[in-house]
Amino acid sequence: MARRQVDTMSLGVGIATGLYGISFGALSVSAGLDIWQTQLLSLLMFSGGSQFAFIGVVASGGLASLPAAIASAWMLGVRNGFYALQMKPLLEPLGFKTPVAAQLTIDESTGVATAQANSAETKRGFWLTGAAVFVFWNSLTFAGALLGSALADPSVYGLDAAAAAAFLALLWPRLKQRQPLIVAAAAAFIAVVLTPVLPSGVPILLAAVTALVIGGLNLFKSTTQAGDR
Amino acid sequence: MTLTIAILLASAAVYSWKFFGYLVPEQFLEKPLVSKVAALLTVALLSALMATQALTKGSEIQLDARVPSLLVAAVLLRFKAPFLVVVLAAAGVAALLRVFGF
Repeated sequence: MARRQVDTMSLGVGIATGLYGISFGALSVSAGLDIWQTQLLSLLMFSGGSQFAFIGVVASGGLASLPAAIASAWMLGVRNGFYALQMKPLLEPLGFKTPVAAQLTIDESTGVATAQANSAETKRGFWLTGAAVFVFWNSLTFAGALLGSALADPSVYGLDAAAAAAFLALLWPRLKQRQPLIVAAAAAFIAVVLTPVLPSGVPILLAAVTALVIGGLNLFKSTTQAGDR
Repeated sequence: MTLTIAILLASAAVYSWKFFGYLVPEQFLEKPLVSKVAALLTVALLSALMATQALTKGSEIQLDARVPSLLVAAVLLRFKAPFLVVVLAAAGVAALLRVFGF
């Protein structure tokens, strides 16, 4: 992928994710947080899934549910740790930039970075996407919080569908072999089927177990193994 | 506990995962099995997020305009459409279908 394509992709991901920040800001205010608390979540937590989980629990349970809100945000954030694990060797040397890289280690930055063909583009993709998402996510969180509940339902604008398509687009380049294809299918199935019966965030974590089982036991191995990612 | 303190605690908890991943020793990552499982974990999590985003609402499974919208996105990806085109097309298809009451 050419350098310009990396830039375009990073910016595209930043804008698409940022647009979803409008609905986060609006939903957060309607959940009972004020504008500054909403902004604090986007600045400091900076992980969409965890943020939506936090305000979702607060919206349904109020102040009594704060421990549960913290726990669900934390559980949903565990995948960022795995992304960090994967990004570390790809970004080195990091040095003093490590705390910043850590904060920018999210679905989108890891997704764009690991879709690149070489080291320079991987690094460029990570930093550009992380920065673009941070800027757009935070500024549009603020805009959404100001707009209040007027835009509270993202489905009216198709933004919920856009978010699903964004995840699919990040997933697409990784599905060239049989093993990741089977992992993706199993994970999607498990996450959806378990959603009605388990607390928010847990089905996604359990879906990740498919990677541990299929990868760990090396099931469904493809015949072509060279340079797989 | 006030709401603001809860926000700070939850943010620190989420950040701890992100930072921890960068502290794990090098040797741990050089094992092919670890890097392979880590790559598959990304696939599993992205796929689970996509599926819950497309097929659930709150704690319920719900099939609506998001499904055809995601299929359109898949077709566009199959023909190597740029990321932004895919995302905007998905939003447009869902919004349009909802206008017609789907």
